[in-house]
Amino acid sequence: MRRILLRRFAQIIPLILGVIVLNFALIQMSPGSFLDVMTAEQQVSDPAMIERMRVLYGMDKPVIIQLLKYIWSVLTLDFGYSYRQNETVLAVIMQALPATVILMLASIAIALLVGVLAGVVAAVKVNTLWDNLISVGAVFFFAAPTFWLGIMLMIVFSVRLGWLPVGGMRDIGVDHGVIGIALDVMRHLALPALSLGLFYAAMYTRVMRASMLEVFRHDFVRTARAKGLSGAQVVVRHVFRNALLPVVTLLGLQLGTVLGGSVVIETVFSWPDIGSLMLDSVMSRNYPVVLGVLVLSSLIVAVANALVDIAYFRLDPRIRAR
Amino acid sequence: MALIDAPPLTPLPPAPALLSVSDLEVTLFTRAGQLKAVDRLSLEVAAGETLAIVGESGCGKSISALALMRLLPEPPAKITGGSVRLAGRDLTRLSEGEMQRVRGKDLAMIFQDPMSALNPVLTVGRQIVEVIARHDPASHRAMQARALELMRKVRIPDAERRFNDYPHQLSGGMNQRIVIAMAIACQPKVLVADEPTTALDVTIQAQILDLMKELQAETGMGLIIITHDLGVVAETADRVLVMYAGRKVEDGTVDAVFDRPLHPYTRGLMGATPSATLQPHGRLAEIPGSVPALADLPAGCAFNNRCPIAFARCFAERPGLTMPAPARSVACFAVEQEGVRHGDPVGA
Ligand SMILES: Nc1ncnc2c1ncn2[C@@H]1O[C@H](COP(=O)(O)OP(=O)(O)O)[C@@H](O)[C@H]1O
Ligand SMILES: [Mg+2]
Repeated sequence: MRRILLRRFAQIIPLILGVIVLNFALIQMSPGSFLDVMTAEQQVSDPAMIERMRVLYGMDKPVIIQLLKYIWSVLTLDFGYSYRQNETVLAVIMQALPATVILMLASIAIALLVGVLAGVVAAVKVNTLWDNLISVGAVFFFAAPTFWLGIMLMIVFSVRLGWLPVGGMRDIGVDHGVIGIALDVMRHLALPALSLGLFYAAMYTRVMRASMLEVFRHDFVRTARAKGLSGAQVVVRHVFRNALLPVVTLLGLQLGTVLGGSVVIETVFSWPDIGSLMLDSVMSRNYPVVLGVLVLSSLIVAVANALVDIAYFRLDPRIRAR
Repeated sequence: MALIDAPPLTPLPPAPALLSVSDLEVTLFTRAGQLKAVDRLSLEVAAGETLAIVGESGCGKSISALALMRLLPEPPAKITGGSVRLAGRDLTRLSEGEMQRVRGKDLAMIFQDPMSALNPVLTVGRQIVEVIARHDPASHRAMQARALELMRKVRIPDAERRFNDYPHQLSGGMNQRIVIAMAIACQPKVLVADEPTTALDVTIQAQILDLMKELQAETGMGLIIITHDLGVVAETADRVLVMYAGRKVEDGTVDAVFDRPLHPYTRGLMGATPSATLQPHGRLAEIPGSVPALADLPAGCAFNNRCPIAFARCFAERPGLTMPAPARSVACFAVEQEGVRHGDPVGA
């Protein structure tokens, strides 16, 4: 266990270095710099002024020096400065991060719960009406564009019924202590989390159903029945846990994409997010922010992988033996 | 009241067999139509007795065993006739809930491949405790003690340490011992073992069979051993039942059948050797041809296309079971006609 985790963490450093170098190279290759955007937006045309800014932002130095300087500063947790927000990149990212993480975790939780449950029911009732209904539902939610689903939910629950807010993350002026704020955020969270969650749930449903059906064919399930266990006991004690491994894999993949997975829904529900920060930063050639988000993403991927390893380790004793 | 009404001196009827299967029929509902995987199978097992079921692969042995346990893969298989009486109770009429209380308690089963018969993510100890908890719940500590006792009984060395092992940490033979421990945990009346040693090394095979016989002697349970191996039959069984294409073609005591196999299929299985009993671990001899698929059984006797002595009638009708001697039955027209001559010892 400890060995596995150590190995994982040893992988993080080269991974992040790779991410930095690769993205640095991509950025250097793309035409234009933020100076072009900035000077255009602010109608600066004085070449001496532009030259001074080039020196100020270190862009007169050779690329390799810029890269080494960047790597060094990342190692000291300094992601640079964003001229656009007039704040450090870390602060800019940290402002957008909680909203994105809350939304993604909520939708993944919904997806896991709904998907695993639906998958189990579909597999236990395979080839019955229940199975068919669930399968059709899964195809529907998987095929329906998430923005369309979001808009439909919004029309029903916000516009028609008026139960939930149309967008944003907090109501202006609501400030009744921590609980009041939490409730307010949850009301805003419900629809975007549901739209995303149902989309992901469709995937979990299909994976869980297939995995359960596969496990049902194993001999040990017959042994369990030969012991006189009831159908529910066989499913819960013998099939379920063995069927979870593919779901854990999917979950790990998904956890790795938390920073980028929700741009569309965040736009529909005007949820403050990293997606739009990223878009804005790319458009304005605000590369320190872009790089910062990418480095953070790779960190999250690495952590997600470590979590998957731990889950595998706990679920399957055969992995422990290796 | 019953005491007063009962006539005190009427002689008791002969004790009914512990397990009595009559005219069991299992149908496979497939695209190719309804196929009889088991066709009017009857058998009896008394307490302390061992019945061996032999036949080539695909003859319907496993399907028969699963039908007794009501564990048929449904769909496509389904019991479509007959009865399975265990201590007088017809298992085919029980609800699934009632059957669950019979499985693992009154009727237990051991499977062919011990490496896949156990759940890979649960410790072997826990898997034994599970069956006790199901049928005979007690405090956790008591059940654990009983599971440990069972592990010692099936001769797992160092049982305390093995208790928390997972199946992949044990050998095939050890896992089969665990499966046996689970099967005998609640002292079943009858134990069905479907090729319990086929997947194991020869030396381990003998140990497992000895263990099963020993446990049987101790508990007096009835035993059904399904096997490919005539050596296993000779060593362990009291009676033997030969199956072909879903039907019983011959049965009798092991001595009688080995001395005078009647059905040409049985003779074929034993090969042309003077006495199959001289080869304790002889596999079934090769018979030219193979078991016909259920979907295209030949008309008449199912064995007619491989039978060295088939004649016209064998291609027209299916032979029914006849009783050439007490406690002996065979389904063959040649035996019916030629009787004794055909019943001479093999190779004589
Ligand atoms: N799940 C199934 N679906 C369809 N046919 C089956 C199934 N299981 C077994 N059969 C068929 O039933 C027959 C008997 O099989 P089985 O009882 O496993 O044979 P044995 O145990 O004697 O080797 C075979 O012809 C086999 O093809
Ligand atoms: Mg078989």
